[in-house]
Amino acid sequence: MTFSPELEARFAKFLAKYPEDRKRSATIPMLIYAQDEIGSVTPELVAEVAKRVGSTPLQVEEVVGFYSMLHKGKGMGKYHVQVCTNISCLLRGGAELYEQASQKLHLGHKQVSADGFVSLEEVECMGACSWAPAVQINYDFYHDVTPEQLDKLLSGLMAGKKPEEIAEVKKVSC
Amino acid sequence: MADPVKFTIDGQELEAAPGTLVIEAAKRAGIEIPSFCYYEGYSLQAACRMCLVEVEKMPKMQVACTLPVANGMVVRTDTPQTRGARKSTLEFLLTNHPLDCPVCDKGGECELQDMVFRYGAGESRFTETKLHVDEQQWSPVVYYDGPRCILCFRCVRACEEGMGVAALGVVNRGAVSLIAPNGGDHLNCDECGQCIDICPVGALTSGAYRYQTRPWEMEHTGTICTHCADGCKTTLGTRNDQIIRGNNRDRSGVNGEFLCVKGRYAFDFNDHAERLQSPMVKVNGKLEPVSWAKALEVVSKKFGEIKARGGKFGVVGSNHSTNEENFYLQKFARQGLGTNNIDHRRTGDVVTLVDALSGTNGSLATTADMYERKAFLILGADLAVEHPLLSFQIRANYRHHAARIYTVTARAVREDDYAVRSIRKPAFSEFEALEELRGALAAEPELVILFGDTVKGPDVRKLVEFGQSLSIPVKYTALVDYSNSRGAIDMGLVPELGPGFHATGAAGLTLPEMLAAGDLDALWVVGENPLAQAALASKKAFVVVQDMFLTETAKAADVVLPSASAYEKNGTVTNVCGEVQRVKRAAATMGAKPDLEIIGLIAKEMGLAATMGPWLPDTVYGEIRRTVKGYDIPLPLVALGAQQTVPVNGRVGVDVRPDLVWSAHENLFTSGTLGRYSKILNSVIEKRSGAATPEQELARQ
Amino acid sequence: MYNQPSPLEVPVLTRRFRLPNSHKIDTYLANEGYQAFEKAIGMSQDDIINEVKASGLRGRGGAGFPTGMKWSFVPRQSPKPKYIIVNGDESEPGTCKDRLLMEFDPHQLIEGILIAGLAVGAHQGYIYIRGEFRYLIEHMDRAIDEAYARGYLGDNILGRGIKFHLATHSGAGAYECGEESALLESFEGKRGNPRIRPPFPAVAGAYSCPTVLNNVETYCAVPSIILKGAAYFAGLGSPKNGGTRLFCLSGHVNKPGVYELPMGFNLMRLINEVGGGVRGGKKLKAVIPGGSSCPVLKADECDLNLDFDTVAAAKSMLGSGGVVVMDEDTCMVKAALRIMRFYAHESCGWCIPCREGTTWLRKVLQRFHDGQGVKSDIVLIGDLSRNMLGRTFCPLGDAAAMPTIAFVEKFRDEFEAHLDGKPCPYEKKLVAA
Repeated sequence: MTFSPELEARFAKFLAKYPEDRKRSATIPMLIYAQDEIGSVTPELVAEVAKRVGSTPLQVEEVVGFYSMLHKGKGMGKYHVQVCTNISCLLRGGAELYEQASQKLHLGHKQVSADGFVSLEEVECMGACSWAPAVQINYDFYHDVTPEQLDKLLSGLMAGKKPEEIAEVKKVSC
Repeated sequence: MADPVKFTIDGQELEAAPGTLVIEAAKRAGIEIPSFCYYEGYSLQAACRMCLVEVEKMPKMQVACTLPVANGMVVRTDTPQTRGARKSTLEFLLTNHPLDCPVCDKGGECELQDMVFRYGAGESRFTETKLHVDEQQWSPVVYYDGPRCILCFRCVRACEEGMGVAALGVVNRGAVSLIAPNGGDHLNCDECGQCIDICPVGALTSGAYRYQTRPWEMEHTGTICTHCADGCKTTLGTRNDQIIRGNNRDRSGVNGEFLCVKGRYAFDFNDHAERLQSPMVKVNGKLEPVSWAKALEVVSKKFGEIKARGGKFGVVGSNHSTNEENFYLQKFARQGLGTNNIDHRRTGDVVTLVDALSGTNGSLATTADMYERKAFLILGADLAVEHPLLSFQIRANYRHHAARIYTVTARAVREDDYAVRSIRKPAFSEFEALEELRGALAAEPELVILFGDTVKGPDVRKLVEFGQSLSIPVKYTALVDYSNSRGAIDMGLVPELGPGFHATGAAGLTLPEMLAAGDLDALWVVGENPLAQAALASKKAFVVVQDMFLTETAKAADVVLPSASAYEKNGTVTNVCGEVQRVKRAAATMGAKPDLEIIGLIAKEMGLAATMGPWLPDTVYGEIRRTVKGYDIPLPLVALGAQQTVPVNGRVGVDVRPDLVWSAHENLFTSGTLGRYSKILNSVIEKRSGAATPEQELARQ
Repeated sequence: MYNQPSPLEVPVLTRRFRLPNSHKIDTYLANEGYQAFEKAIGMSQDDIINEVKASGLRGRGGAGFPTGMKWSFVPRQSPKPKYIIVNGDESEPGTCKDRLLMEFDPHQLIEGILIAGLAVGAHQGYIYIRGEFRYLIEHMDRAIDEAYARGYLGDNILGRGIKFHLATHSGAGAYECGEESALLESFEGKRGNPRIRPPFPAVAGAYSCPTVLNNVETYCAVPSIILKGAAYFAGLGSPKNGGTRLFCLSGHVNKPGVYELPMGFNLMRLINEVGGGVRGGKKLKAVIPGGSSCPVLKADECDLNLDFDTVAAAKSMLGSGGVVVMDEDTCMVKAALRIMRFYAHESCGWCIPCREGTTWLRKVLQRFHDGQGVKSDIVLIGDLSRNMLGRTFCPLGDAAAMPTIAFVEKFRDEFEAHLDGKPCPYEKKLVAA
């Protein structure tokens, strides 16, 4: 399997982090970064990661199903909208935001748009409780999201815009 | 030895070695602490939570399967709290477990059923929808029903720890977790079925057994597997004289509950459609069915004629026949027919080993030694493939006692995974590695050396010299191929040696010599197929074959006598470690007779009944006890379990043609003629893909 | 920072948060940065551990175990390497503080790790960060690079012959990995199932080697303890509860946010004085004081001091510092359901009571909230929770059971109000709010 030079460099860095006989530690970081590049955790990726960390494909497969951010099959959309509805967000309208997103995108939980551009997921606590309700698009956080802001984000995405091109709503940055 | 720990369980004052787990200590005292995931010999899980007990001074209940006993510890296993915990855990388990017990293979033998019966509630409060996934077939022998799975992880451990294969894993998370096979949707493994055997519920079921019977409709007969030389006990479940299942849940025998694919499933040759059920006599070049009386008459008449004119006989015995049959056969040949032309297919050089060990005691390793001794040297043998039980024992030894293993083999073997040193040497060059290992081996407290057919003749003597030069206790195992290969030698199925390695001092033809002799008058083959690879030179030879199937040799026969399989007769066999064990009749095939009876009937027909004596297995065994050195073991003792024969302690003094020793290197999915007629062995993908093990499967990919 | 400070805050761990470029090493160095580490270099291992013990610092991940004692369990002599592992898997609903500590003052964490390394003789550390915090992983990587560049990490730190290496490690979405032994399994590239203990990580942790494993906030407190002394830190808090704590205030308050307050700060003052009171002038109904696994407190139970012991005495837990405030319009059945949904989703599946119990309870609570409940369900919900309690492999089962038991016991009337096919009495109000 071939990856981009950037990802290969990252893999090399991951593998260098751990002791010589403990390369299996790189399994999860490799899977999640590779998923970002190729879109999902494919059987080929499982076999490739297994080979590189010295595991069996089954050992990697066991890991894949355990972690909720790893997606098999076709994976999630290019822009994966994650709405938190856990307790702190729930209290501040997170569930309603999720409903709003679902209706607007015509997508249910873990569904992907036909063109593969957008997907939706109702997620568990993402660690933004004091700035609820919170939304993540891929790895970017949006805090204190209002229905209006969400509408703008979703409209933008549906029009094929990247989130960073949607001027009205800014991600939290650091 | 550290002082024992004193503690109390349910009011009983008990003692146990430090480190003993409460669940084990209770079991030894006759107190049952229920569990699903705890399984003696495998790693601890503490997952099922069935074994919660109350321990004084501990605020919460403790899991008895991970809690070591401690001085003064007071444990209570049967209290309102523990009973409540068991009941509620079972209630939890049954929420997603389908109650399809009436159609489940496990019904009647199910640990969950038994547990609910004993500890569970009479009714469930669960009114929600159960989770469901469809059943999957992972191989011809392994099916997985996800909803029935209680996730005790026994199968995962049996495969990874017990077998060293690791073909099973856990996928998904939480309530939707499932067991998954290593091939994505199928298994690449030894197909041993240990996972099915160890499954407490009907989640893993056997392709061979499923939906065949209710367990209580079967009768059970403990006998010895007829395939490889390891001598595993297999308990055959039969119904109406048909074998339906093989397992060894009672853990009797040298193998405990271990069985490989052959022991567990390859009994199916027994009712193969091509089993011979009638004697046949060749008429005008064609084998025609005849009555037993007619066939015996033809044979005895012809044998009598040839004997009378001093003709040349060749008698070939089998690696699968019982000791009684082989003893009787060689007696018939030597005393009845007056010939010393008797042989069998020799698969390991036991004779030279015994000769080289002359004057030592206890130098042959037992099956138990494989689990108990501290170090092992494996020369030129792929144990996991050819001797699955010995491999299993050594693996368990490594796991439980950190046994130190050295391998010197041509190819990668499973033992490499936990070997201290692995050295690759081509076959017959294994010796080159020994000096390299000398220092390490001499530093071991003791050693068991196992060697295959690449070490024979003078090399065996060299090996023993090497072993003795280490100045540590060394035991040896000369690996042989089949269920009674060792017994065939012990019973004197070679021209040079009579029963018990007594030199006959008489000339005799070996098997290749018989086939090559242009003037051979009669060839009598009992349970062997020599013409599969070689031609019979003598055109005039009268060929009599006793077999279960119409083999190449049987096709060339003048008379074919249908014989019973090892599962259809009584007697004894001797395994690779020289342990005598009892085989018992579990089934019957109409028309076939045990070889012992056939030989006896021929003798009777020839008027040799007085010479030969009765053809009753026990009577013949009595004669073996009196005649064969090392076999003087009372039958009741043999029946109780394996007894190692004490080999000849003295020089054998005869060269027994080590050049004729060749192993067929049967793997997990082959077994000579029997393997050809086993549907199961021929159906698994590992066989079809040419791989015999997961390692080989991976290498192939 | 994402919220305005409160004048009542006592900024110790957060004291640099609002400085420009607070995350840069230069800012850190200009504001007492790495001074504690230099001081610790001159201290013996025992001195460091004793100082941490004397500070009264207790684990900020949730269990509140005394940190110095945890460190003292690491064997001094070991043929195996030792590891410092940081639990940055912040996933307890209601908790969002470790994020800030890494984002706004990453070097404080690095310094804390370095001091822990000195204390136990470890030369390698890893920061396990939940996969959702990708930006923080990259942010921490940059801070680590800075520390390497400036000689605070490497084979010969500050030319003093000290060796310590540090790297981040990404998770991929599993609450269970916040449990320390599950985190270690995950770190080793496996499923995040918890391990049988003993042995504890101090003896056999990462790669079965002696390991110190603490929460981000715990390590972040260490530089202040070493630099300013145990007495200073202990004095900030209440007895046996040293220091300050980052409280994550969320839910129905006017000014939700993360506030650093002394241990033992009064909960009602937190809500009213720091958080500006209940939103919309509504009445307070209930508070979850330490993240979703902690039993809910009714409004009349909320006049208590937020330290481990006082909250425990009120039969709840201080947990991870996530204070979730619920007003009078909140449906307690719905809250219980949402929390159980979470635990059922996150149960690792290893043990039967948690795996099956959380799933069953989720189904019952869902049906109940949907108006399909029957009276016996109320008993059933409590029963099933108690049947998990104390019987599961790891604390996740308790985390699911304890709040549920509290919801049923304290708000039985609300459960009864959902009976007999009645729609949720709060549903409309909640939407309106």
